Amino acid sequence: MIRIANGQGFWGDWREAPIRQVEGGPIDYLTLDYLAEVTMSIMQKQKRRDPRLGYAKDFVPLMERLLPQCVDRQIRVISNAGGVNPSACAEAVIDVARKLDLRGVKIGIVAGDDILDRLDALIDAGHELRDLDTGRPLSAIREHVQSANVYFGAAPIVEALRQGAQIVITGRCTDTGLTLAPMIFEFGWKDDEWDKLAAGTVAGHIVECGAQCTGGNCQADWQSIPDLANIGFPIVEAEEDGSFIITKHEGTGGRVSPATIKEQLLYEIGDPRQYITPECIADFTTIQLEEVGENRVRVFGVKGRPATPFYKVSISYFAGYKAVGTMVYSWPDAYAKAREADRIVRQRLADLGLEFDEILTEFLAVNACHGPLAPDPPSDIAEVQLRIGVRSTDWAAVDRFTREIAPLILTGPPTATGFAGGRPRVEEIIAYWPALLPKSEAEPSIEIVES
Amino acid sequence: MVRVPLFKLAHARSGDKGDTANIGLIAYKPEYYPLLVEHVTAERVKEHFRGICHGDVERYELPNLGALNFVLHHALGGGGTISLRTDAQGKTLSTALLRMVIEIDEETARRLGLE
Repeated sequence: MIRIANGQGFWGDWREAPIRQVEGGPIDYLTLDYLAEVTMSIMQKQKRRDPRLGYAKDFVPLMERLLPQCVDRQIRVISNAGGVNPSACAEAVIDVARKLDLRGVKIGIVAGDDILDRLDALIDAGHELRDLDTGRPLSAIREHVQSANVYFGAAPIVEALRQGAQIVITGRCTDTGLTLAPMIFEFGWKDDEWDKLAAGTVAGHIVECGAQCTGGNCQADWQSIPDLANIGFPIVEAEEDGSFIITKHEGTGGRVSPATIKEQLLYEIGDPRQYITPECIADFTTIQLEEVGENRVRVFGVKGRPATPFYKVSISYFAGYKAVGTMVYSWPDAYAKAREADRIVRQRLADLGLEFDEILTEFLAVNACHGPLAPDPPSDIAEVQLRIGVRSTDWAAVDRFTREIAPLILTGPPTATGFAGGRPRVEEIIAYWPALLPKSEAEPSIEIVES
Repeated sequence: MVRVPLFKLAHARSGDKGDTANIGLIAYKPEYYPLLVEHVTAERVKEHFRGICHGDVERYELPNLGALNFVLHHALGGGGTISLRTDAQGKTLSTALLRMVIEIDEETARRLGLE
């Protein structure tokens, strides 16, 4: 049995989590997921400004804190912290290891996922990289592309582990691959053992969002979930046969139960019979759960099928500008005041002749989350926040909008407040374009460096 | 007939993939699952989310988990970074679905303790 701990569900997740995962009990692997879809474009921008940047910088001080213990206890770390510059990330970790006087620490670098420089060649070769949602070919937005990365799976991580890496730093790879890789490595699973690969993929899916499977963001009886302030992050106790137990360290808060696991299993999936990864297709309708102890759920019975011949590609592109402005109105007639203020802003924008792709108004505390499904607010509602968002490819129009919120204070309905944050910011929209690429068109590279 | 709000029968979690949202609806008890299968159809969910979801709704069954998965297309105002919504990632569509009220016959309600 091996223990694989997740210590980070996204870049910006709880900073204490990875430290507690290492210090709070026995583990063999620590996995850390840093990359969301928009993260890659931010990192490309940083790398363009400084070729030594373009990775999750938080990873380096974290390694400074944890590396001595990880070396001591032979805990291996697997992370996609490399972003668009995994070798620079590895170099920074090597520097830290030297500073700590830790010699001979091997770091595996998985790269080759970045295909930004090859896009034109790929398009010329007939790969249209159509948007999986809309069907449009990439040529429609080619000049706006900011980043383009193939999602590799577990395979290159496994290879890095085989070459002795204590830490594996990747660029874009599937979240599930971070967890599946140590299972393939430790148990020697073959490329065509679909059920086992699917089981490891399911384990990866359960833990990839950190504490979202251990009681965080859980609706089932949420008020009874103990000590969320000290929530334990998930640990997979994996067996060679593909079955595994999800648990968390003793003495931590949160809960592991069939209900918390089911919520995460259903998170961000489509057809449950076809959960597609580079390794296999996992069938979520075959998953069996059994509560085998306090905060221990056994997962077994998972079936899988052969993988598809494609990698998923994550492309980001510039798609215009947006801004969001807010204003709070108090009792009496809070909702009526907020609606009137919205009407005034819209009239002023129209009178200026400004055009937007979209203007969206929401009233927080009334209908922002549930829209038309929300019931009418009480007539004596204490306060309402007006929230107006605009979107346009015309920067000047969005900029002018940001100057139409503050004037409401003295030129609109009474009791306007909550404007101390100042003028809204004009934000660039970096949108996401998912596509497919034949696996033969992208080859991962693996390099080992040593402190 | 007895009117039962879904939040008494099930919990849920929702998330996003671009402009597509998905909602996992999970029965609190195995005996509630057939009620979800019978009453919470794709058509009913599309109607429920009128004004929010502007595309098709697909439903998938996971009897092994006592759960249904709904995929709602064009449901996030453009999705991701394009959407201007507070809930651009559709995190609260889960509880929006739990607002739905279904009607079950009295005998079933009595048998399941839902009167």
